[in-house]
Parts: sequence; C-alpha cells; structure tokens
Amino acid sequence: MNKILLIIQREYLSRVKKKSFLIMTIIGPVLMAAMIILPAYISDWSEATEKKVAVLDETGWFLEKFKDHDNIKFYYVFGNLEEEKQEALSENGNLLLYIPKTELNIPVNSELYSVIQPGLNVTAYIKSVMKQIVENKKLLASGIDPEVIKSAKVNINLSTIRVEEGGIEKKSNTEVEVGLAAFAGIMIYFFIFMFGVQVLKGVMEEKSNRIVEVIISSVKPFQLMLGKIIGVAFVGLTQFILWIILTLIFVGIFQSGIFTDGNSAMDMIGQNSDLMKNASSSGVNPAEMVNEIIGGINIKVMIFSFIFYFLGGYLLYSSLFAAIGGAIDHDTDSQQFMLPVSIPLVFAIALSGVILNQPNSSLAIWMSMIPFTSPITMMMRIPFGVPLWQIWTSMGILIVAFIFSTWMAGKIYKTGILMYGQKVSYAIIWKWLTKKY
Amino acid sequence: MNQEFALQAINVSKSYANHKALNNVSIEVPNQSIFGLLGPNGAGKTTLIRIINLISVMDEGQVLLNGKAISTKDIANIGYLPEERGLYKKMEVGEQAVYLAQLKGMSKKDAKKQLKYWFDKFEIGSWWNKKVEELSKGMAQKVQFIVTVLHKPDLLIFDEPFSGFDPINVNLLKDEILQLRKDGATIIFSTHNMASVEELCDNIALINNSQTVLSGEIHQIKEDFKSNIFEVAYKPNTRLNLPHGDYSIIENYDVRNVSYAKIKINNGKTPNDLIKNIITSVNVVSFREILPSINDIFIQKVSEN
Repeated sequence: MNKILLIIQREYLSRVKKKSFLIMTIIGPVLMAAMIILPAYISDWSEATEKKVAVLDETGWFLEKFKDHDNIKFYYVFGNLEEEKQEALSENGNLLLYIPKTELNIPVNSELYSVIQPGLNVTAYIKSVMKQIVENKKLLASGIDPEVIKSAKVNINLSTIRVEEGGIEKKSNTEVEVGLAAFAGIMIYFFIFMFGVQVLKGVMEEKSNRIVEVIISSVKPFQLMLGKIIGVAFVGLTQFILWIILTLIFVGIFQSGIFTDGNSAMDMIGQNSDLMKNASSSGVNPAEMVNEIIGGINIKVMIFSFIFYFLGGYLLYSSLFAAIGGAIDHDTDSQQFMLPVSIPLVFAIALSGVILNQPNSSLAIWMSMIPFTSPITMMMRIPFGVPLWQIWTSMGILIVAFIFSTWMAGKIYKTGILMYGQKVSYAIIWKWLTKKY
Repeated sequence: MNQEFALQAINVSKSYANHKALNNVSIEVPNQSIFGLLGPNGAGKTTLIRIINLISVMDEGQVLLNGKAISTKDIANIGYLPEERGLYKKMEVGEQAVYLAQLKGMSKKDAKKQLKYWFDKFEIGSWWNKKVEELSKGMAQKVQFIVTVLHKPDLLIFDEPFSGFDPINVNLLKDEILQLRKDGATIIFSTHNMASVEELCDNIALINNSQTVLSGEIHQIKEDFKSNIFEVAYKPNTRLNLPHGDYSIIENYDVRNVSYAKIKINNGKTPNDLIKNIITSVNVVSFREILPSINDIFIQKVSEN
C-alpha cells in the first residue's frame, strides 16, 4: 500500500511540475474568463464611442423619424450626395445614410456610407426604424390604422416552472440550462480525453523506456497501473479546481479593474444576453432572476455530479487506455485501438443536440445509463432535472463498470508491458484476457 | 532446510500460448557464489529470471530462497537488473534513484545516504541533478547498476549486465560484482559474454530449448569436457615424430619462430608417455594441457541438441 502511494506521488508531482501543466492551468482560466468578459467588454468599447449619422433623405418619409439611440446621433442634411458624403465622412467614425427617391414611391432601398464597417447595432436600428415607417405608411394606404395593429399585438412571456418532488416549484429557464448542460458535457468529454490520454502516454513511455521491468520487480504491475491512474486523476482534479478558482479571480480582477465607471462586468453581461433583456423589459431585476434560476438548477448537485462523473468516466476510460498503452509497442499502433474505445465518447458529444432538446427522451435515459456514454449524457441532463433514482442507478452502473474494466485492463496490462516487438491484434489481447499468465 | 544453497529452482515449468518456455528446469545456486545462467537467445533464461523475481508465475515447480518457498516479502531482498532496462528520461538522476530505492522499501534518508556513497565511488556525484535524457547510455547503465545493488540485497540477479558498457566500465563492474560476493551476496547473472563467465563464475547452468542441458561447478565441467589434448611448442628446425594410433596431431603451425602442435592422446596413453615420445624428436619450448573454453562447451552442447 505504501508503494502505491509512492507511485501516485511520483505520477502526480512529475506532471504538476511540468511547464505544460502550468501553461494549461493559466491558459484555461484566461480563456474561460475571456469568454465571460470579452463580449461585455467589446460591446462596451464599441458603444462607448459616439457615432454621428448624417441622413440624406430624398423621399422625405423619414424626416425627424430617426431618434438618437444609445450612442448614435442622427442629423439631417439636404445637399448633393457626393458633397454631403465627403463632409459627413471627413470626421472619423461618422456615417452617411442615403435614402434615394424611387419610382414606386415606396422607399425600400437605402445606402449606408462609412469609413469603417458600421456595427450591428447601427444597421439593426436603422433597418427597424425604416421598416416600421414604411409598414405604417402601407397600412394607412390600405385603410388600416397602425394603432389597431399595434394594440392587437401581444407579447407572450413563457415562464417554465418545474415541479419537483414534494411540490416545490422552481422557475427555470431553458437557455441557462442548455448553456450549462452543454458546457458540463463538453468539459467532461475534454477532461476524460485529456487525462485518459495522459495515462496512455505514461504507460507507453514506461514501456518504451524499458523502465517497466525495473519497477515491477519491486511492485505488482496492477499497483503500478492503478498508481498511475490515481496519480493522473489527482492531476485532473487539481487542474479543475485551479481553473475554477483562477477563473473567478480573473473575472474579479476585470470587474474591479476595468469597469470602474460604475458598470460592472456582470452588468454588462446582463445587458448583452437576450435573457436579461427580456427580464429587464418585463420589469424584473436581472440579478434576482439569475439567482432564482441558478437556485433552480441546484448547483451543489451539479458540482458533486460533475466530480463524480469526471472521476467515474475517467477511471473507466483511463483503465482502457492503460491496457492499450501496455499492449502496444509504437505510437502508430495506438490508432486502431484508440478509435473503438473513443467512439462512445464522440458519439455522446455528437448526439448532444438531441439530448439537450429532449433531455428526458428514452434515448437520453439509455445513454445516461450505459457507462461509456453516461458521464457526458447524464451531465447534460442534470441541469434539466433528473429523477434521483436515475442518477443513483447510472452512478452505480458506472462504478461496477470501472471496477470491471480496471480488473480487465490489469490482466491485459501485466502481460502486455513485457511484450516487445510483437504485433498486437485483438485476437492476441483476447488470449491474454482468457489465459492465465 | 538446506542452507547450503541461496536459491534453488526445482523442476520449474512454464508454458506460453504457443510454446513451452521452461520444461522441468532445475538450478542450484550455492551461497555467496557467482552463478552463470547461460543459453542461446530464446532458451528461457529471462523467463526463469522473471519467475525467480515473481514477475511471472510458473505453471509447475518450486523456487526456494534460503530453503523456503519464495514470497513477495523476499522481493526487498533481491536486486534485479533486467535485460530490458531503462529510466524515466525526464526525471532527474538523483530523484529517480531515490524513488526506485523507496520502491524497494528503503527510507528516503537511507536511500540518499547510500546513493551518495555509490555516486562518489563511481565518480558520478555531479550527475545528481541532471535529467536522465542528458546522460549517455553507459552513464545511465551505471545509475541502473547502483540502483540494483543499493538496498544491499542478499541475492542479485543481473541479466546481461555488461551490455552497453565500454571495456573500462566492464572491468569496474566486474570488480564490483566480485566485491559484492566478498561482502556476502549471492549473484546470478545471465550473459552471452563467455569470457566474463570464465572470469567470474563459480557455477553455471546451460539452458537450451527450455531445458537444463548442463550444470555444475565450472572447473568440474571443464574437466568433464576435456578431451586429452595437449599443446607442445618446440624449435621449428626439428620434425615432430609420433607413433601413429597412440597420438593424433590435430593442428600444427608456426608462430614467430616457434612451432606449435595440438596433440590428442588416444588408447589409454598418459601425458607422460607423450612427453617421452616428444623429447626424442624435438626441442620442447613448452607443454600444456588444453582445457575446453566455456565457449567451446556452450557451442558443443547447443549444437548437440
């Protein structure tokens, strides 16, 4: 037992001390923090500069109809297009909107001149204003009062409320859940692959370095394999925890450091997401709403199951990867064995769209029970709410599966690591499994 | 309980899927001796060594260490240098040596102390913080040898210990092996280098086609295999005359003004008879018995099978 601890320690320290671990540990949170912060930051930056739009309207339909909006200021000019263009564009960042006269008397074409590509917010606003005015005129022309149409329009707010066991109602929002579910599933996939492959590489390194026989003259091959798997698992957990902590720190730094003008990053994010826009327009405080939604998802269950399914899925796959690494001699041989082992993982990710759409379909339930797909699929289902018995069953199956796969891998591993220069096939591996050595 | 032997393997058999690797193989290694395990490639030497190290499991037979069946507890008391050996390339030499010593059950402190002694002895103290990938093959082999003997095991097993060493380091290693025996260790080594076998081994066993074809004390084996051949050196201006039938001249040649003849004695004649016959015809420079080398015996036994 003492020896397995030594192996775990070496496997852990030798990886954590690597430069690549340090780089990954920093790059990961930077990317994640950037994903959270950048959209807010970019829109803040682009909206912060004021834009002036000169409107040259030959139809006269839109006179004084464009109101100043966010940082876009409108003013009207009446000269010749070429002259006005030159004058308007002489000042950096300004634009000229040109609405030419048409034969049909219905102006549907317009041109927007600018030195730099105008932002989406500018074009979207201009389009919407023009659309509304032209539509109103057309309605009036057909004898319909636009006010009638306006009053006939209704805005439907659909709040989905999940009733949990015991009758507790929780407001949920599918967008947040889909995002969270997809993120959790992809992270599980990523972690299983990243650290599973580290086990594979580690085993192959020991075999090709010829150190393996030196070591198994002191410890049992199974101890060496298990020590490596557990050591790498701790590396994975360390990285995961560091990522979460560092991401929070980075986001915190940006919040306090860059948005000192009273707009915190979170506020900016809030303004950007559709969800929050809906919330603001219906008069609900966005922050409260987020709290309510996250509360509905049960963050504790999420974190607990993420760690469980990462470990379970990792143990299942890394034992298979260890067996492959022990069996093969060269990097090039790894492909034919890696492919069938990794297909279920890829399959689970490929079907994520279907799962996220129908998290309680029988396909989703089956995939969250089969241990090869369950870590990813179950993590994608949990934010939508999964009956507890399903979670426990899926976890139970996963535990049984990885115990079995570790035992099986041990048999392949201990024979394989001492075989050099042999072309390994499935038939040979089957022999190793069934015959005692 | 037989304390005379440090290690005994009794009727050990082992089969793999396609072939029988060992068939009723027995060896007896006396205490504090150097034992040579010989045999052509694929004869089963490495399989036997792995069974002794409990890396492989035998199908039948017994392995006794100091008269008792060998068990996992004994592993700490064996030092094994495998034929296929290596080190973690990215790890530092000292750190790695300490790790391997700890796996053998040494404490960290003890391992460091012993390592310092050996590193100084081999004059490689400056390598401690180097990564293994910076070392040459021979340098890495030195580190491996140290790690094998570091925990002072009673039984040492070296599989092809001299491969990868230059002649100077081979001699260094030979001296260390002899010193280890002097200090009380029993040593088994497997090699193709027959010269080193003659130089070092007290006993040998020859394994061929999964069976022991020859074993015993090395001088006794040479006695058993000698074929009454004598070498006579004499002044070249004379002609060697021997009665036909009693003696047969196998070889006759001149080297730098001396003639040599290899003569086999037949029909119950003695060396004394031969000398009597020689001195009548030639001026003798020297006379000696030719004992077969282990190399000759090896080739003879292997080709017999």
